[in-house]
Amino acid sequence: MESSNTIIIKGLYKRFPVGKGEFTALSDINLNFAQGEFTGLIGPSGSGKTTLLNILGSLDVPSAGEALVLGNSIGMLSAREAANLRKVSLGFIFQSYNLLAVHTVYENVEFPLLLLKLSATERHKMVMDALEWVGLTDKIKSKPPQLSGGQCQRVAIARAMVKKPSLVLADEPTANLDAANSHHILKTMETLNRELKTTFVFATHDDKVISYLRRKVFLLDGRIDKDEIIHPNS
Amino acid sequence: MIKFLIKGLLRDKSRSRLPIIVVSLGVMLTVFMHAYITGFMGDTFEMNAKFSTGHVKVMTRAYAENLSQLPIDLALTESGELLTNLRINYPEMEWTQRIQFGGLIDAPDSTGETRSQGPAIGLGIDLLSGNGNESERLNLSESLVQGRLPAKAGEAMLSDDFAKKLNVIPGDDVTLIGSTMNGSMSMYNFIVSGTVRFGVEIMDRGSIIADIEDIRIALDMEDASGEILGFEKSGFYENEKAETMSAIFNSNTSEGDDEYSPMMKSLSQQGNMGQYVQMSELWSAYISLIFIFAMSLVLWNAGLLGGLRRYGEVGIRLAIGEEKGHIYRSMILESFFIGLAGSVLGTTIGLFFAWLVQTYGIDISGMMKGASMMMPSTIRARITTPDFYIGFIPGVLSTVFGTMLSGIGIYRRQTATLFKELEA
Repeated sequence: MESSNTIIIKGLYKRFPVGKGEFTALSDINLNFAQGEFTGLIGPSGSGKTTLLNILGSLDVPSAGEALVLGNSIGMLSAREAANLRKVSLGFIFQSYNLLAVHTVYENVEFPLLLLKLSATERHKMVMDALEWVGLTDKIKSKPPQLSGGQCQRVAIARAMVKKPSLVLADEPTANLDAANSHHILKTMETLNRELKTTFVFATHDDKVISYLRRKVFLLDGRIDKDEIIHPNS
Repeated sequence: MIKFLIKGLLRDKSRSRLPIIVVSLGVMLTVFMHAYITGFMGDTFEMNAKFSTGHVKVMTRAYAENLSQLPIDLALTESGELLTNLRINYPEMEWTQRIQFGGLIDAPDSTGETRSQGPAIGLGIDLLSGNGNESERLNLSESLVQGRLPAKAGEAMLSDDFAKKLNVIPGDDVTLIGSTMNGSMSMYNFIVSGTVRFGVEIMDRGSIIADIEDIRIALDMEDASGEILGFEKSGFYENEKAETMSAIFNSNTSEGDDEYSPMMKSLSQQGNMGQYVQMSELWSAYISLIFIFAMSLVLWNAGLLGGLRRYGEVGIRLAIGEEKGHIYRSMILESFFIGLAGSVLGTTIGLFFAWLVQTYGIDISGMMKGASMMMPSTIRARITTPDFYIGFIPGVLSTVFGTMLSGIGIYRRQTATLFKELEA
């Protein structure tokens, strides 16, 4: 059954050197995320959710144990292989959008496709599809400073989704948004999750996000406190 | 991808316009300063060469030893034959005879009594033979303030300041009181044909210029001349060539203990000109190097800041999956184009300002009053070949180097902290 899992985490530890000692940020994490999950890593600040997200995003490596993402053992990847995994299969959504301010909405969304060296025709179709998913086809020539926070985050979602990645990692994606925009964003992501079968993993402590999750992994002091699957009928 | 980077570069003014302005300013200053220093040093050499030393000078050994006293009693005899030989043996040079001397100029009143008097440096040059171009070399026509150049024997010009001091105008008589080549007293009358101002303080203070044949008569120097000056036909002094020529001439011509045998000295071997040549070469190199180094630091820092300012952009590009090496190379490529554009612009502007100063000059006559050294009172820049590329050293190299240095941060950056950094 493991082969159908997008993420497999076995006995994962992450320790950081602090002075002469070390700080254990993640301790004995064992998790499997199946394809198409809409999951949240939930916990207060310092609980280890961003550290775990970093490892899943091949931005960091475990100190012990194993994290398999789309069949790639994160600890074993070279820098080039890790970059390639992010380029081809992962999408990131950040709290503060991190759009390139001098580029248009279209160009921001197109950027990940440039790295994949796709033809202009292919890129155009994919960008327009992505912007249609997030409802921003009328803003293709606008630049980020001309957009609202909600619109910026929708551009960020389109950028993360444009290459149709297998896994999207979102770190506090609604932290800078008001309630209405948060719900709009979350509905968009939920729809994309259902339609494209993309696995979403959130790091959050925002109740609005939590209310949309179909699986909630509670972290406390670097350990899994509770792993709760929400059944569709509950 | 390149199109994407170029768009970003052109649209982000702080990434393109500002760095290009900074690079342009730095390069402009470098180019201008280099042309200015070259011009100033070159002008001083040429001024000394034209009025005093030549690019090389032939004189008797004794005359050379007492050069600062202008000892006409030690002048070259049978100088016409020597001049002919020099013209045959060194056809790449222009040769001319001169007599430099010291004397007293007396301006009489209507009764012949002294009205005013003053010491003068005299210069006897070939003005009337029709064969020489001393008039052009000393820029006499353009230096005329009143009257005209001497057109016949018995006419002379005075420096304008000197003429005013003596209260003499063109058409007036003046008497040169000096000593002949043989040491006896000489008095010779000239009609002042005109007055000149050279813009060289030491010459403008008190000088008389007349045809060399008149001076020969006045100082009893038949077929003699104090010195024979040689000038490169190209117009540019080349120290190494002049020294080699002098060494060969001296080994062939100078005769052992005969202090009247002719010897040749290059410009750098006369008086303290050698030190000046060395010093000017050193200073020119030092000033250029210091300026290039200073501008390199400024532009390096500009490149460094430009790179650091884009930390966020680099972070997101790393997160999206761009390789560190690719980002690093693209930043260097950008900085190369910024440096190139700024260098081209800065060199163009720098050359324009240098051309202005080369054409119109900067008048420093006020600072030169009383100066004993022969220096131009108008400083002019001189555009030379290095000015077309020297600005590219700080312009391109430093900008790229600064970016390379700031880009090392990309390699040292822990991708693990990207999320935290990007949320900051």
